[in-house]
Amino acid sequence: MKKIYTRPKTMKEAHFHYCPGCGHGIINRLLMEVVEEMGLRDKAICVAPAGCGMLLYNYFDIDTLESAHGRGAAVATGIKRVRPENLVFSYQGDGDLAAIGTAEGFHAANRGEQITVIFVNNGVYGMTGGQMAPTTLTNQVTTTTPNGRDPILAGHPVRICEVFSMLDGTTYLERVAVNKPAAVVKAKKAIKKAFQYQLDGKGFSLVEILSPCPTNWKMGPLESCRWIDDVMTKQFPLGVVKDIP
Amino acid sequence: MMTRTIFSGFGGQGVLSMGFTLANAAMLEGKYVTYLPSYGVEVRGGTANCTVVVSDEEIASPVASEPEFVVAMNQPSFNRFQNILSSGGLICVNASLVNTDSVRMDIELLSIPTSELAEKLGTIKVGNMIILGAFIKASGIISFDAMIKNLAELLGEGKSKLIKLNKEALEMGFDYVKE
Amino acid sequence: MKKLMSGNAALGEAAILSGCMCYFGYPITPQNELTEYMAKRMNELGRVFIQSESEIAAINMVLGASATGARAMTSSSSPGMSLKQEGISYLAADELPAVVVDMVRGGPGMGNISPAQSDYLQATRGGGHGDYKTIVLAPGSVQELTEIVPLAFDLADQYRNPVIILGDGMLGQMMEPVDFDNIKPPKEYPKDYVLTGAEGRPSRMIRSLLFDTKEEEEHNWKLVRKYHRMQQNEIRYETFLIDDAEMVVVAYGIGARIARGAIKRLRQDNIKVGMVRPITAWPFPAPILQELAKTVHEFFVFEMSAGQLIEDVRLALAGQGHIHFYGRPGGVVPTPVELYRIIGRHYYMASGRKQP
Repeated sequence: MKKIYTRPKTMKEAHFHYCPGCGHGIINRLLMEVVEEMGLRDKAICVAPAGCGMLLYNYFDIDTLESAHGRGAAVATGIKRVRPENLVFSYQGDGDLAAIGTAEGFHAANRGEQITVIFVNNGVYGMTGGQMAPTTLTNQVTTTTPNGRDPILAGHPVRICEVFSMLDGTTYLERVAVNKPAAVVKAKKAIKKAFQYQLDGKGFSLVEILSPCPTNWKMGPLESCRWIDDVMTKQFPLGVVKDIP
Repeated sequence: MMTRTIFSGFGGQGVLSMGFTLANAAMLEGKYVTYLPSYGVEVRGGTANCTVVVSDEEIASPVASEPEFVVAMNQPSFNRFQNILSSGGLICVNASLVNTDSVRMDIELLSIPTSELAEKLGTIKVGNMIILGAFIKASGIISFDAMIKNLAELLGEGKSKLIKLNKEALEMGFDYVKE
Repeated sequence: MKKLMSGNAALGEAAILSGCMCYFGYPITPQNELTEYMAKRMNELGRVFIQSESEIAAINMVLGASATGARAMTSSSSPGMSLKQEGISYLAADELPAVVVDMVRGGPGMGNISPAQSDYLQATRGGGHGDYKTIVLAPGSVQELTEIVPLAFDLADQYRNPVIILGDGMLGQMMEPVDFDNIKPPKEYPKDYVLTGAEGRPSRMIRSLLFDTKEEEEHNWKLVRKYHRMQQNEIRYETFLIDDAEMVVVAYGIGARIARGAIKRLRQDNIKVGMVRPITAWPFPAPILQELAKTVHEFFVFEMSAGQLIEDVRLALAGQGHIHFYGRPGGVVPTPVELYRIIGRHYYMASGRKQP
């Protein structure tokens, strides 16, 4: 019998702690598939965030380092400057990169650090229980915007790829999603390309991944996936935002 | 013996370099020495000063609240620092810029017509070295001959072309002060 | 050959000679000369220098660099040190070595840029969140920096713990003759935790997150055992004229230097005052004070703050003896003469003798 689906060798044998329908598990797996396919297990160093993705070192069979909330890009910078031969990437959520760690991400991008940021955008603070994120959509209900996000009181959803695209140090920025098989295939391609750009020394790369959070969106998994297409992509259009080959 | 000197003036008058040269020369003589520049907001404001302490034994504090010597290159420095000079101390002023009518009666005043002397050398830029030469003669803190001998080292690389000019300026100031 | 150098520049050169491979810093007075010195020298040597976007970023770059096994340093002054505390807590929790310099200035808040000693408690009590300690070294002269800096890197590697160099604006700004002859080539420490990519070995993780409270508690006790080892082995101090002293001054860094000048004058008046100068502010040299308290009753704490070091002296003496205090917060640097008068007055008051 032909085996058509198996755990990448770069993943540890463990059960994900993620909620049913969560996108993190898909993204974790995609990253490790890419690391395996590109033969980078021996070279890769991942900086883990604070937030739902923080336990990724329980799943990734590569060297990993935890960072404080928001500091991933600075920590990755420290690693990469000492070890330019390694593949260094940080895994950051929307609160992590677009709120508390914007300065670190922005300036790592502006310096053109040879790192890759995997930016998981699910529009909400997942681990702390569904509070408003910088990427929460206008009128979206969260535990800290019980009447929906009012831009006058709480600002507007932040488009990180577009903001970072203005910085001369960035070389490849793409927004993808993991809400359906075709999108997942594209997401994987984007990750691969970002890693390749880093290995080629082209500069800072970032892949923003729209990811479902059924638990905090108070939706079913299917509905969440549809919501990404129907609502979220209107604010966060998919596609390549910047590509300087 | 311990002597404390404050060098003061406008930024650009070479105040810090006077202090640094003296401190460096004292170090080469094997003395204990500290050099403390004013820093931060004060420097940005256009005035500059530094404190040089030279001693035969360990120096407790690089700060001089009652210095034995003051070198004042401009009027505000003269007004400010003559007040903290210890009684019987020496204030050495750039007479070309400073009116000394208000000088305290219990201190010694040494006026050097810096600009006039500097003109003879063809450049006002070495005014600080003329005053430094005069100051060394009047204060006797360090050996002038040793300093001249070490001048190349004191001024550092990149200023080798200026050694002759600086030497002339130091000697001019030194000779201006009578024994 | 001695060279006239500022404390900031000498610290930079000493770090370079100690094998510092990475420096990350953000400008703040009065330590900018260190950042500027590193900018020039690290580039010349092909080592890593980044002027970071903030103190927070700098300390986290240190964390990343340290995780790869490189000797890394950052520096700041008081307001910036507050920002670094998050990263220092993570370094301590992750058991990663690092050297962090604080050239203390007047505070709280923006304060001023004058020399002060008001970050003592922040430095010696951990400074950030959680149960942790950092070794705190407090040099008193530019030359002593050349001994403190290599020691800081060695202790950081040996214990896998951040080490704070607690200076002040004056130590940073002041120039003194200095040589680096005593700095030996950096020692190699076995580092089996570093992240290099998992080539030919199982993958590694460095983290401080331990959801299981039992695990977290054991991690804390493990750190505590390490801190006990530091307390047993790493206390450093200097004594000055304590053999016949009737009053012992406790002061550190620039404060101790000023006190030394005052004590020399007091001795000329035949007043028997000596001094204990902590070189490690943490671990604090409590044992020597406890020993002295057997024969000496009068202790005099002097510091350029409103009273921080005095807490450690109180804890060390545990009710023995009598503690006098003189503090000048806000960036004021008292003169040796001023301190001579104050200590003299306290001495006569305590002895019941009449002040001449």
